[in-house]
Amino acid sequence: MSDVVIIGAGPAGLAAAISCRQWNLDVTVIDEFPKPGGRLLGQLHQEPDGQWWNGIEETKKLLDHATSLYTDIQCGVSCYNIEKTENGFTVHTNKGTFHTKNLLIATGAAESAAPIPGWTLPGVMSIGAAQVMTNVHRVRVGNKGIVAGVNVLSAAIARELQLAGVELHSMALPAKNAVTKEHGDPQSVMDGLIRIAHLAPSAFLRFGSKFAKSTWGRNMAVKFYPKRGVKMWGMPIHVRKAIVSINGTEKVESVTICDVKPNGEPIPKSEKTVDVDFVCIAGGLYPLAELAAVIGCPFQYVEELGGHVPIHNEQMKTPVDGLFVAGNITGIESSKVAMAQGELAGLSIVQQMIRDSTSMDEQMRAARNKVNTVRENASIQFHPNIAEGREKIVSAFSKQQA
Amino acid sequence: MNNRIMNHPVLGKLEKEAAFTFTFDGKEYQSYEGDTIASALLAGGVRTLRVHENSASPRGIYCNIGHCMECRVTVNDTPSVRACLTEVKPDMVVESGKPKAAPFTDRENMPHTYTEFEQKSKRKAGNNHV
Repeated sequence: MSDVVIIGAGPAGLAAAISCRQWNLDVTVIDEFPKPGGRLLGQLHQEPDGQWWNGIEETKKLLDHATSLYTDIQCGVSCYNIEKTENGFTVHTNKGTFHTKNLLIATGAAESAAPIPGWTLPGVMSIGAAQVMTNVHRVRVGNKGIVAGVNVLSAAIARELQLAGVELHSMALPAKNAVTKEHGDPQSVMDGLIRIAHLAPSAFLRFGSKFAKSTWGRNMAVKFYPKRGVKMWGMPIHVRKAIVSINGTEKVESVTICDVKPNGEPIPKSEKTVDVDFVCIAGGLYPLAELAAVIGCPFQYVEELGGHVPIHNEQMKTPVDGLFVAGNITGIESSKVAMAQGELAGLSIVQQMIRDSTSMDEQMRAARNKVNTVRENASIQFHPNIAEGREKIVSAFSKQQA
Repeated sequence: MNNRIMNHPVLGKLEKEAAFTFTFDGKEYQSYEGDTIASALLAGGVRTLRVHENSASPRGIYCNIGHCMECRVTVNDTPSVRACLTEVKPDMVVESGKPKAAPFTDRENMPHTYTEFEQKSKRKAGNNHV
């Protein structure tokens, strides 16, 4: 029986493994992707100071550190069930069963679907799929594409596609329907765009500063949004155009795009056909938390965190004895926050194992402060009220314990 | 057909290890070490990995990270393997997902319980679902 099994070899899982190995715990990290790194692998963006955040390099740093501590990392392992036992957990995978005293679930996030007619055609993929193909596998996803969904993630990945020399026609909204909801609503999308304006160079920055950060300013921005779109890195971004259908017989051949009113309603007879051979759908991220649910961990829906989140305290401990969480399963934030959370969760597990908590108090406090500092300094904020969301989940934990 | 991104302004030149071959629906394709079935096939110009079991409409990768199950293929006779999570090995035999005989196509006559399913499917000859 191991001291801890960590599910997910992304930034949170690897950072946690390093913390645990530094205290000589017996650790096994499992991940279903063939390589460790999780979604950190695909990340590639320029920080406001001009430095490149290269996910492959960052993964290598984490992995080198973990390997120097002889961490057992097993890839290609899919966990499909977990049982809570008297003194720990039994983790069922396609590569056999693992027994462990403690369990850290660091499964990250998944992408929400924003379905539009024709989205099952080959050539339609999630924006994250295009990121992995481009930066990790170094394969072109097509010759010319369009992005359906304008948000923090899709803007960052659109830039990555462009860097790799993959042509994008534009970014537009997915047509508003029962599922796409706020992703098809110009006003909500504009709110998100203003939050990322600081990341974009020149043109978009100027655009962002034109409008006050007031509701009136945003209303005006939507109402008078330029017909030709606003260019970010030379690529038009539209909040008053929506992709109403994806067309083709055997694969993507074109999309039908139309103008929309400020409330997202289509403007009749404004449809145009744009020839593309791939479409990226961007519906945002939600915490990938099924495995915590399987064990019976209580959840709370917190919009600011991106969805249903396993209840946990500031030390990343859940109400289930021996179960910890870290990274995007606890709420959608950057990979830097995930790493800091992983380090903290790892120390929490150590504290639980050595049962001499006082000797670790200082280190735990430092790790907790680090999570907060990294969060405050994050250049990308997936949700503006992340701090409130965090408070909600911590107070849910206290109520649970009471 | 080669859809590889050979040069990248930040990530640099593509340095891949020796290539090897595998087959998809009997045709030979090239793969590099570290490729998944999905990435090697897309690099080779293949978008369609299976067809819908019932309607036979074509499907390819969607999420590319193992969540959506759209890319399931048959690998060395093992069905329902996710192409996006499976590394290609030399001489691997990969086959696309094919349409399957639908046991119940009449909406009005769909079984609602397992018992009904068993009763109704017994009456249907040549049904490969039971």
